[in-house]
Parts: sequence; structure tokens; C-alpha cells
Amino acid sequence: MSAPPAIRFENLTLGYERHPAVHHLEAEIPAGALVAVVGPNGAGKSTLLKGIAGELRPLDGHVRLREHGRARLAYMPQRSELEGDFPVSVFDMTAMGLWREIGAFRSLDRARRQRVSDALGAVGMAGFEMRSIGSLSGGQLQRARFARLILQDEPVILLDEPFAAIDARTVDDLVRLILHWHTEGRTILTVMHDFGQVRRHFPTCLLLARELVAFGPTAEVMTEALLARAQRLSEAFDEHASECPLPETV
Amino acid sequence: MSLYEFIVAPFIDFGFMRRGLAGTLALALGATPVGVFLLLRRMSLMGDAMSHAILPGAALGYLVCGLSLGAMTAGGIAAGLAVVFAAGLVARTSNLKEDASLAAFYLLSLAAGVMIVSLSGRNLDLLRVLFGSVLALDDASLLLIATIASLSLFGLALLFRPLVLECFDPAFLRAVSRMSPLAHYGFLLLVVLNLVSGFHALGTLMAVGIMILPAASARLWTRGLPAMLALASGMAFLGGAAGLLLSFHADVPAGPAIILVCGIIYFISLAAAPGGLLAPRLPVHRHLSS
Repeated sequence: MSAPPAIRFENLTLGYERHPAVHHLEAEIPAGALVAVVGPNGAGKSTLLKGIAGELRPLDGHVRLREHGRARLAYMPQRSELEGDFPVSVFDMTAMGLWREIGAFRSLDRARRQRVSDALGAVGMAGFEMRSIGSLSGGQLQRARFARLILQDEPVILLDEPFAAIDARTVDDLVRLILHWHTEGRTILTVMHDFGQVRRHFPTCLLLARELVAFGPTAEVMTEALLARAQRLSEAFDEHASECPLPETV
Repeated sequence: MSLYEFIVAPFIDFGFMRRGLAGTLALALGATPVGVFLLLRRMSLMGDAMSHAILPGAALGYLVCGLSLGAMTAGGIAAGLAVVFAAGLVARTSNLKEDASLAAFYLLSLAAGVMIVSLSGRNLDLLRVLFGSVLALDDASLLLIATIASLSLFGLALLFRPLVLECFDPAFLRAVSRMSPLAHYGFLLLVVLNLVSGFHALGTLMAVGIMILPAASARLWTRGLPAMLALASGMAFLGGAAGLLLSFHADVPAGPAIILVCGIIYFISLAAAPGGLLAPRLPVHRHLSS
């Protein structure tokens, strides 16, 4: 492929308290790829997304982004980090997707308000504008967060388990939106647990078990042998692990 | 006694009542909106802890300069900020969560503060520091409280959008901007300023009351943030005015009287408000069709 990759991992090691959660990762995500990030619990999938988003500083190595650094990247963490009790409306929450345009001070003019309403309409949430986010079901809240992603309008999109505890109908709608983003040429990395959904919708897979197990076309990655290997690798955690050998011995 | 004599005359006849009223109005406009955010950030009890943390600074100022407004204010702000930032630093770099590290620092400050105040040997002053002097506000104190209220409204307006995001979706704010630390520490600065302001009027122990009680009451009545802010300020001013009158007629200390009236408003809200205890149990309304 001649175009430069959207994201390049160079010997990337991410972790907590020196224990690597992602270990010596080398990979290139081509621009416009739709990638499912899969692997067992504790494989480092969420950690990898945090590392790309700049939430976590690498213990070693680099994440290289083609587009103007982190400013052009939309990252949607897992839902549990949202404070649902806060008295804010669905409209206001969604409108914050325009942050890059309006920042902390610029106003939401009529044209921008219309775009917010359109984005909510596109995820099937028209009419919910004035509801408080605390009154939404899990699926509705997830739809609203996708509306916010529409407004963020970034070339690189990172989604951390967007379909956890979401009903099939909502998943179908949101997958359609992801596929639409894919046709627009955006680069999308999605942490996924449902292998059926991965096989149906995602052309490319990155199988992670702290280290990279496989990366390529989904049919070649999602094999019994590779998945079993990922499972074995992820179970080997040692609290008192010795220091990782220096690069030349790897 | 007519209603006029009961409610209006004390403020017409006595300058100290008018000053007290102006002071509580400033606190209702400045401190209470900050209290709303404390409540929504689940930091109500941390506000209490921080109010204790300003004591040693104020006490040190008092020990050095006597009952000097400037020295006690500067000391209080310095001590409050030192505790907030030290606690924040410990929370970010050690295994302790912010509440644990804040608790450690404020307990130390409170102990140091009480010891410093007692060094002066007069318990009367300790009472004044702990319970304030809303009925003895001089021009300088009133000006200080009004200035802090203005600063605080201005600061909240500037920080509003990032602060709201920091409260309900901090991960999103971190992803789209670098304003997260600014929102967090800017807000804590406003908390400290308002606690010092409240401390002059109501004392360190009562200052948090006018921030949190109206905020909690307003939360029970409202669903939107702007309505909650406005209602909380209104309730705080109502509590302030009624508390001053209670203090005047019943000859009780004004600070606790104000907080107790705020408490009465809170209990009424708890009983009657849509988000309170009774509303969900009343079979008044039929449910909606969709």
C-alpha cells in the first residue's frame, strides 16, 4: 500500500506500574481501515486505545499518527466512565461533539443547533433533545454518544466496546453508522467481544493478547488455533515478573 | 406585631442587619453556585474538609496581625490552596485516592489550626473563627465578600462548559481538549475563595452549609442545571434573610440560624419535591401514554 498508514505502532509497550498490558507491539493501520480489536479479557485492548488517544503514556516505543496528532481523533471510552446522574440534556451532551469548533466559549448558533438535531436524527434519537441523560436507557445513551461522534467528524475513530449490553436492534443501527463512516474513508478501531459481529461486519482484525497475535483479514485471524493461542498467552501474568530483556534479545 | 414590623423593620432600623443581608446575598450569588457543582461532583463532604483546611492559615494570620481582615484572608486562601494542591498531587502520584489524601491533609490542618488559635489564649476568638460574625460585618469584610462573589460568578461563567464536561464526562473532555486540569483546579480555587468568604460571615464550620444545603434542596426540585443554579441561589438568599430575622427576634447566633433555616428548606424539599421522599409514593398522577 503506497499511502502512509493512519496509525503506526513502533515497538509499543503500554502498561500500569511497569507491568506491560500491551507488549512490544509492531503494526501499521492503513488509512481507511475498519479494524476490530479482539482478544481475551486483560489482553490490553482498552489499554491500546487509551495509548492511541494519548490517555496513557507509553512505557516504551511510540504511537505515530498520520493526521495532525491527537487533535484529529475521536475516542469513545467504555460507558462506565459517564456520570449518568448529572442534570444535562441529551442535546447539550451531543452538542459537545462540536467542541473542536466551539471550544469553551463560542456559542451554538442556529446552524450548529440544526447540525446537532440532525446528528440526533441520524441515530434515531429525534425528539429526545430535552430529555436528561439520566433518563435514557443504555441503548439510547449509546445512540446519543454516536451522534456526538458524528459531530466530532474526525478522520480517526476509536471505539471501546461500543456494543456491550446493547440490544440487537441498536447494534444493527450503530453498525450501519460505522460501516457508513468506513465508506467515507475514516480509519476506525473498535474493541469487540462478539465474534459473530466481527465476522459479519469487520474486514480486518487485530488479535491481541498483550502481544500481537495476528493482524490481517478477519477470516485469517479469527481461527480456532490463533484464538486459543491468544487465550493461553493472556493467562500468563506474573506479579513478580523479571524485567523485560533488552531489545536485541527479543 | 405586624408582618411589616416582623420582617421589614429590623432591616430598616438596624444597619448591622442590612449589612448581614448584603453579605448573605453575596454568598448566595457566589458561594451557592459553587456549592451546586460541589454537590454534582460528589464532593459535598470534601467541601466540608476543605473548609477546615483554611483554619490554620486564618489562625496564623490572626496570631501575627490580630483580627486583621487581610492577614486572615490571605492566610486562609494560602492554607486552603496548599491543602488542595498537596492533596491533588498525592492523589495523582500515589496509591491514595483524592478523598483519602484530602482527609489526611485537612485533619492535620484542623489540628494545627485549633492549636494555633488556642496559643492566643482567648476562647472568644476561637468561637468567632468557628462561627463567623455575619452581624458584625464591617465595610472591608463586606467588600471582600462581594468581590469574591463577583470573581466567582465571572470564573464560573468562564469555566462553565469545561467544568460541566469535567463533571459528567471527564474522559470526553480529556479527549477533546487540554482544559481538564484547568477546569479541575480552577474550580477548586473558586471553592477555596468562597470558603474564605463564607468563613468571614458564617465561620469555618458553617461556611459549607450555605453552599451545600441549598444545592441539595434545589437538586430535588429541578432537572436542568441552569434552573438548579438559580433555585439554589434563591433558596440560599431566602435562608440567609430568614436566618437573620430568626437571629434578631430569638436572640440566637446568626450563622447557625441561617444554616438551620437552610436546613428547614432542605427538609421541606425532601418531603415535597418531585425528587424527594414522598412524591414517588403518592398515586396522584396517572402514568403517561408513552
